[in-house]
Amino acid sequence: MMAKKLAIIASKGTLDGAYPPFLLASTAVALGFEVKIFFTFYGLQLLNKNLNLKVSPLGNPAMPMPVPVPSIVQVIPGLEWFATWMMKRKLKQKGVASVEELRDICVESGVDLIACQMTVDLFDFDEKDFIEGISSGGAATYLEFAGDADVSLYI
Amino acid sequence: MSDFDKELDTSGLNCPLPVLKARKALSEMATGEKLHLIVTDAGANQDIPAFSKMTGNPLIETSEIEGKLHFIIEKGSE
Repeated sequence: MMAKKLAIIASKGTLDGAYPPFLLASTAVALGFEVKIFFTFYGLQLLNKNLNLKVSPLGNPAMPMPVPVPSIVQVIPGLEWFATWMMKRKLKQKGVASVEELRDICVESGVDLIACQMTVDLFDFDEKDFIEGISSGGAATYLEFAGDADVSLYI
Repeated sequence: MSDFDKELDTSGLNCPLPVLKARKALSEMATGEKLHLIVTDAGANQDIPAFSKMTGNPLIETSEIEGKLHFIIEKGSE
């Protein structure tokens, strides 16, 4: 039987935005899928050796907060730091894997991580800052694989 | 609970870690051997049968004991 294929575009570089691509990719590999993740725009931050991902309540009215914080207050320096700290603590308390852990599993289990060359150039990302073993490609690279994929996601 | 060859307790761990750890444990086992998987993640009631079906490792038994889910999964042929 041919392995099923999962193609993901990861376009977000926030802590909450990092979970869906790495979580689904690592699980898909465990289920026997062949997986490729194409990192573009802010998603490229997920390829940095040192992840310093944050989550912000600003512009995200759906984010649960211990007390209601009006948008005007959310611009105060330190609030983003606090929200990130709170989210990380909660993830740990609930036994959720860290983004680093899930990314390591993806790398070890052969998920193909592809950096979008155009956005690497656009934002002057330095490929030396990225983890080892990633490749680069463009829209056609993604579409060639996604065209035959059973599941294709834009995150 | 039927006999098993290996036990894996993922109590306290949340999705997708129980599935990922079960996959790893099964990869180190021989065809026909049985894995006793213990999970507290409530989503496992749906996830473990899906995992078993998609990877060809039959789910022999499912039970709930004192709030924990217990699965016996047989390692299938590759």
